[in-house]
Amino acid sequence: MKEMICIVCPRGCHLTIDETTLEAKGNTCPRGEEYAKNEITSPMRTITGSVGISGGIHSRLAVRTNRAVPKSKMFEIMAALHACRVQAPVKRGDVIIENVCGTGANVIASRDM
Amino acid sequence: MTKHDIVIIGAGPAGLAAAVAAYEAGVKDILLLERDCEAGGILNQCIHNGFGLHRFGEELSGPEYAGKYIDMLKSTDVKLQLGTTVLNIENKIVSAVSEANGFEQFEAKAIILAMGCRERNRGPISVPGDRGKGVFTAGAAQRYLNIEGYLVGKKIVILGSGDIGLIMARRMTLEGAKVLAVSEIMPFTNGLSRNVAQCLEDFDIPLYLSHTVTKVIGKDSLEGIEISKVDENMKPIKGTEKYFECDTLLLSVGLVPENELTRQAGIDLDLRTRGASVGEDMQTSEEGVFACGNVLHVHDLVDYVSAESERAGRSAAKYVLGTAAAEKDGLNVNVGLNLGYTVPQRINRVNVEKGVDIFFRVRKKIRVGEIRVESNGEKIASFKREFLAPAEMEKITVPKVLLDKANGSITVSAIDLEEEAK
Repeated sequence: MKEMICIVCPRGCHLTIDETTLEAKGNTCPRGEEYAKNEITSPMRTITGSVGISGGIHSRLAVRTNRAVPKSKMFEIMAALHACRVQAPVKRGDVIIENVCGTGANVIASRDM
Repeated sequence: MTKHDIVIIGAGPAGLAAAVAAYEAGVKDILLLERDCEAGGILNQCIHNGFGLHRFGEELSGPEYAGKYIDMLKSTDVKLQLGTTVLNIENKIVSAVSEANGFEQFEAKAIILAMGCRERNRGPISVPGDRGKGVFTAGAAQRYLNIEGYLVGKKIVILGSGDIGLIMARRMTLEGAKVLAVSEIMPFTNGLSRNVAQCLEDFDIPLYLSHTVTKVIGKDSLEGIEISKVDENMKPIKGTEKYFECDTLLLSVGLVPENELTRQAGIDLDLRTRGASVGEDMQTSEEGVFACGNVLHVHDLVDYVSAESERAGRSAAKYVLGTAAAEKDGLNVNVGLNLGYTVPQRINRVNVEKGVDIFFRVRKKIRVGEIRVESNGEKIASFKREFLAPAEMEKITVPKVLLDKANGSITVSAIDLEEEAK
């Protein structure tokens, strides 16, 4: 049995999961069960960061992946963000990097600028 | 002097939600004052995700959450005035100053206080040692990194395990810095459990519980930090010192509601929350002045700030429209065993339709607990709760039928059922 804290939402349920049968306990929603299973088989995270922006009111534009990506790709995605620079105006939800690092996820703008 | 139905101070999440709710409740002449160059408040620098699950049913970043409210605000006729710092509130007259207009005064029928909170810094916690550069509050480092694009250091020690400190531990690690240690004086963390999991454990960042900084070393620039284990009285234990060579110390040692304006206005403050004392309608001790969000009590989740602020906005609208019930049949809410505080601090039962939400924090970790509501020594309501922790704000909803059994005041306590069983 492995104990973990669910990170799907701020509630932070205390989960236990059987590593062989992948049976989860302690979750209060189905997303918790899915999280526990993924944590054992292939942990996923949403990556948030920023990219450089010209012509905006600030020098950084907040961005995030539009869905969770493999945890093992975190630093590779950060490098892709560092290499990226955009020009204002940008709208919230605009795709900044398509299929980032081959994960199938897009990096999207978090705000208008 | 210009006149407005409602003047709201602060266009962070609290002010935005209050403005939209008051407008929707029928008050059209609303002025929202903000000292920054844009609305959204602290959410703009909180670029991590996890916001909005309760409010919008999806996981958003801070700027996205703010953006949704800014869009809602744009669909109203609420007047947003940026770059304007409020100096004083007296008898419903708000005095403010801005680069564009100089000194101005606004007369309001109702005022909503939504100034938010401020980070506790080095002064109030008396960190000993040299005073060279390299010591930042976690939020200041967050602003430098996420808005302005500067990483303030490469080798980091973090004092305090509040959420901002945990979030910054991950953020700075992802940006290439090395976080050597998070030191927490309490035997438990002050952040959400999920943040310990996804910000520290994901990156193998060591968390030293019951440890505090005992020496800051570096005359001009920070060179190193010494931490020591503390005993049950939080006094450092000699011989337990650990040294970390580092260039940055981040402080994540708590947030304090920013109530200078409230205090100057002579409004009653609650020493526990350090915010105004309010009724269930979010009205302060001064009639027609409401408060909501982190200026009232520090929240963990912006979703709760929005909900509370919408309540304040609706109440202020009722007050302006003359549909608010006069205060009568009031109940004081007392803080009982194991409780840190409650909001509201009083309940006007005339306003309660189905039930009233009481927010609180416990003072110690309770695994299996019962939240008990008593009046005159008699139990009127009880709620089972598991995994209560000081870091997590909790809520009970007391139904009106049970509240009607109370007389004069109610006392809310958190009973540790495991301890009681012993």
